[in-house]
Amino acid sequence: MLHVADGGRSWHGRPMRRLLDADDLARMIRRLAHEVLEGNGGSDGLVLLGVRTRGAPIARRLAAAIASIEGVDVPVGELDVTLYRDDLALRDPMPIGATDVPVDVEGRTVVLVDDVLYTGRTVRAALDATSALGRPDRIRLVCLVDRGHRELPIRADHVGKNIPTSADEQVIVRLTETDGVDEVVIGGER
Amino acid sequence: MSAPLTDLIAIRDLSREQVDGILSDAREMLPIARRERASVPTLRGRIVCNLFLEDSTRTRLSFDLAAKRLSADVVNFTASGTSVNKGESLLDTAQTLMALGVDLVVLRTSSAGAPVQLAREVEIPVLNAGDGWHQHPTQALLDALTMLQHRDTLEGARVTIVGDVLHSRVARSEVELMRLLGAHVTLVAPPTLLPPDVSSWGVTVTSDIDAVLPDTDVLYVLRVQRERMHRAFFPSIREYAQVWGIDAARMRRLPADALLMHPGPVNRGVELTSGAMEDPRSVITEQVTNGIAVRMACLYRLLSAAPRTEVTS
Repeated sequence: MLHVADGGRSWHGRPMRRLLDADDLARMIRRLAHEVLEGNGGSDGLVLLGVRTRGAPIARRLAAAIASIEGVDVPVGELDVTLYRDDLALRDPMPIGATDVPVDVEGRTVVLVDDVLYTGRTVRAALDATSALGRPDRIRLVCLVDRGHRELPIRADHVGKNIPTSADEQVIVRLTETDGVDEVVIGGER
Repeated sequence: MSAPLTDLIAIRDLSREQVDGILSDAREMLPIARRERASVPTLRGRIVCNLFLEDSTRTRLSFDLAAKRLSADVVNFTASGTSVNKGESLLDTAQTLMALGVDLVVLRTSSAGAPVQLAREVEIPVLNAGDGWHQHPTQALLDALTMLQHRDTLEGARVTIVGDVLHSRVARSEVELMRLLGAHVTLVAPPTLLPPDVSSWGVTVTSDIDAVLPDTDVLYVLRVQRERMHRAFFPSIREYAQVWGIDAARMRRLPADALLMHPGPVNRGVELTSGAMEDPRSVITEQVTNGIAVRMACLYRLLSAAPRTEVTS
């Protein structure tokens, strides 16, 4: 496990830099909540689906922000995309996480939520996973960080922060719910 | 994730962590197995061969559906008779399958030990779908999944297995898995249908079915395997039904929250009466659906750890 909070180092020895702290993330999520509401013309028909693992708590935070803005609880779920990936043979075996979608997506606007947008392959898998649940009217994508290097023609509708990276760098989003701290760090080499 | 699975031959080859991993994956596969959710593209382009050298329509169907729900291509190789059961022919068959580019073999055979032998010869994963009297690991795993849908843990659960233990690969796998998961197992069988080495199994053995029923959490009734009995192990089917069969009266002795299970297909009126099967505590049909999910999880685990087979030559 990396240890970064104060000038830690990645496993290859290069120092990691903190780009965003807890306050930055909180402001970002409020802005994204406003953007989602604006893009949808309100909260009608919205369902937020967090892509596991870290998309799930981000989706819950977005829902809480939407509730404080509009006074409406939009349905939140989580999506595990392991079974829809195209790189099964290329990576270590992965356990399958829970998919928990509380409403029928038919006719709704599904907002997919992920932490880091990179190659686009996870999002492609998430699009297939969503389609397997039904036929939403539209699917939107929110991500906290867009680090570039897309391998597929996919873009996010709402981005927390664009962070230009080189392919050998790592961008890590840490959240209190999963990692005990809210921050985004960059650095290291793969 | 726990250590990758390279083959699935016997329950004793699995760690507790691996079992928990398979069961956890199987729970996530259930909506797909039940067709509440569309099939998934996970194993697209992979070829699964069902090599069934012993008749078993239900198990083959279950493996077939499991592979198809994961979008694998399935080829069925069925051969009855003894020619393919001989060791050498089995290995010839395996070489052929490798040359054809098969990625995984599901093997059902009447020869105990044939799956181990096959796994030694081929680089692709081998999944034992039942070998003689030896093992039937996916049956035990689907049974554990079913039990765990009705209770939080099997730690301390009292599992009573009734019937023809001697000829039963299900019983052997079941006992190993139940012990791994912390359950206490009691075997109830006529002395002629108990294996000679049963004292080393770590189970309680009794011949008094009525005495153990009130202290049973899971009543697991084995199938009377008439086709495996070449000698007379009990006087008659009618006597077996009377002495060892589960009917409505015996179901009344079972606690209200107990489960009744059977690996199928049931010999109605022999080991179970129709009345017992219709009891609300019977989860026999749940076992069938869970079988697809567990087999999906095993195929997923075996193939996600395996290198892709390339056809050479």
